[in-house]
Amino acid sequence: MGSRFWQTLRLGLKSLLLHKLRSGLAILGIFIGVTAVIWLVAMGEGVSYQAQQQIKELGANNIIIRSTKPPSDVTRGGGFIIAYGLLRDDYDRIVANVPTLVQAVPMREIRKEARYLDKVTDVRLVGCTAKYLEMNNLRISRGRFLSDKDLENADNVAVIAGTTAQELFPYEDPIGQSVQVEKDFYVIVGQTEPKNPSGGIGGSMAAQDFNLDIYIPLSTLRGRIGDQVVTSRAGSREGERVELSQITATVHDLSQVDETAEVIKKLLARSHPNVDYTIVVPKELLQQAEVLQMMFNLLLVLIAGIALLVGGIGIMNIMLATVTERTREIGIRRALGAKQRDIVSQFLSETVVLSATGGLLGVFFGFLCHPAIVGTRAVMRQLFPEVISSLPPNIQQLEPRIAPWSIVAAFLISVGVGVLFGLYPAQRAARMDPIEALRHE
Amino acid sequence: MKMAARVIDVHKDYVLKGGVVVRALRGVSIDFPEGDFVAIMGSSGSGKSTLLNLLGCLDRCTRGQYLLGGQDVSQLDDDELSDIRSRNLGFIFQSYNLIAQLSVVENIELPLYYQGNISREARERCVQMAEMVGLSDRLDHRPFQLSGGQQQRVAIARALVNNPHVILADEPTGNLDSATGEEIMQVLEALNAAGKTIIMVTHEPDIAARAHRTLRMKDGLLDAHTPYGALT
Repeated sequence: MGSRFWQTLRLGLKSLLLHKLRSGLAILGIFIGVTAVIWLVAMGEGVSYQAQQQIKELGANNIIIRSTKPPSDVTRGGGFIIAYGLLRDDYDRIVANVPTLVQAVPMREIRKEARYLDKVTDVRLVGCTAKYLEMNNLRISRGRFLSDKDLENADNVAVIAGTTAQELFPYEDPIGQSVQVEKDFYVIVGQTEPKNPSGGIGGSMAAQDFNLDIYIPLSTLRGRIGDQVVTSRAGSREGERVELSQITATVHDLSQVDETAEVIKKLLARSHPNVDYTIVVPKELLQQAEVLQMMFNLLLVLIAGIALLVGGIGIMNIMLATVTERTREIGIRRALGAKQRDIVSQFLSETVVLSATGGLLGVFFGFLCHPAIVGTRAVMRQLFPEVISSLPPNIQQLEPRIAPWSIVAAFLISVGVGVLFGLYPAQRAARMDPIEALRHE
Repeated sequence: MKMAARVIDVHKDYVLKGGVVVRALRGVSIDFPEGDFVAIMGSSGSGKSTLLNLLGCLDRCTRGQYLLGGQDVSQLDDDELSDIRSRNLGFIFQSYNLIAQLSVVENIELPLYYQGNISREARERCVQMAEMVGLSDRLDHRPFQLSGGQQQRVAIARALVNNPHVILADEPTGNLDSATGEEIMQVLEALNAAGKTIIMVTHEPDIAARAHRTLRMKDGLLDAHTPYGALT
């Protein structure tokens, strides 16, 4: 049986080689289809991988509660100072009343200018606790992060992020130096490693960039700067009073996320009649992104499926022509004892050889997706730099990721297409009357 | 006397489009003893091709019986008939009917291939057959590299490879010049002398004269004037 199978396959290959151009064209259709499936899915995966990584940076076990500025007419306090957002009391209440929490990390962030000698740069001044480092997957590259003792004593210490350090201390070790924010000086005790931005949360915040940060103890920030921030803008003064910018609550297990988020929502609703906060659940974002990706993939597979269908019709067309052309051969084979199923398997093996060859070529070119796209982008950047730079960053940085399932699926579909579209011509060949077939010129 | 093949009162009707019935064979009975060499003659439309198709198990009779090597094959289905063709029958056609993309030895091998026999012995037997028809130096040639006479020799080797009960030859010299046709007839005569049963359709009287006996067909019947059943 095995050797008979190989014999049939060899025979198929031999017949196909008689018509190289014709076979090549038939293969081309399948090849394009398979390559299209793999490339499209790889690009889709690449885009959604970016998005998912950004969301994962937020931590799937986390629940993020952020202060958001409500519409101007519904704020607390009077005058030009707008007070809103999370309170230190909220933090205490959450810690006291939500038993599923592993930890809750409060944080206050303010945009400020930081100075060192004659250098000035815009930074995000972050008042936080020692846990902030680990919670955001940040790493220390030099020195140390803020400690509990720093918080207790409200010390004038700071940890600076990579880009900030480059701006302020291009040629010096920042550790031990003093950085000035407004009128106060902070002694730098550590520096963090550069980190990819994480996903934006809600409407209030663009993608979080941790590279322009200066971290100081939350207690220090409260003592030195206070809750109230006044900015002068175009002759008018604006002020905000915010106690905490964000509380990040962490639960032990992924399954507790939804329930805990619900509890926190109810708890906060009691003390905040105006909704001046947003609760973000990264897990939900992740799930949404996954659903989106699935739909996207489905669409791509559909498009590529159409390409394969067209390829299959091409194969069928060619096989029908082949069958007609080889009517006499079919008659001879039947006269010499070929059964109908022998004829079917002969022609089917030819279509499967065609489609599998196209499939294999397609898989091979599928693997070239990454170098091809990176190469094209490099060439485009040389030739049309302004076109490339006008593209959204997602596309500029797109790294296609080949999905293993897409390779298996594309190959199997291509062989399936061969069988499906080969079956009709093969049966037509097998059902011919041998006498008629022998008489065919 | 042992019979290689017998047809007993066979009828063959064709129904054309529109329901017209053509009675191609109207009751033909012939015995073919083993070692027989028969020429069948007749004008076109006489039913000789239909008879040959029935004898070759390419078609089934509407009525009557066909015994091949003692086995009644008149009621077999398509697959069983295919099997009979690959095991018990050898075909020689007017236009050789070799498969273009196969080599000489592969062409000879086809009946064995469809028996399911693709062993080393099968290949050796094919080489022997090629030697027998004088083509042992052309085993890997393709049909288009051979002359008409050589192609017909390949066809003869192919018809012999399965050691059939009956060899059916349909105008075996029809496409050949007289010298080459003579060579082929000598090959067939040698086969017959070695005991092979040969049934040959031809319309050339001098070719028919090389057979032991001649049957004439007319209007779907054996012509009554022909000596029937007598071995010369």
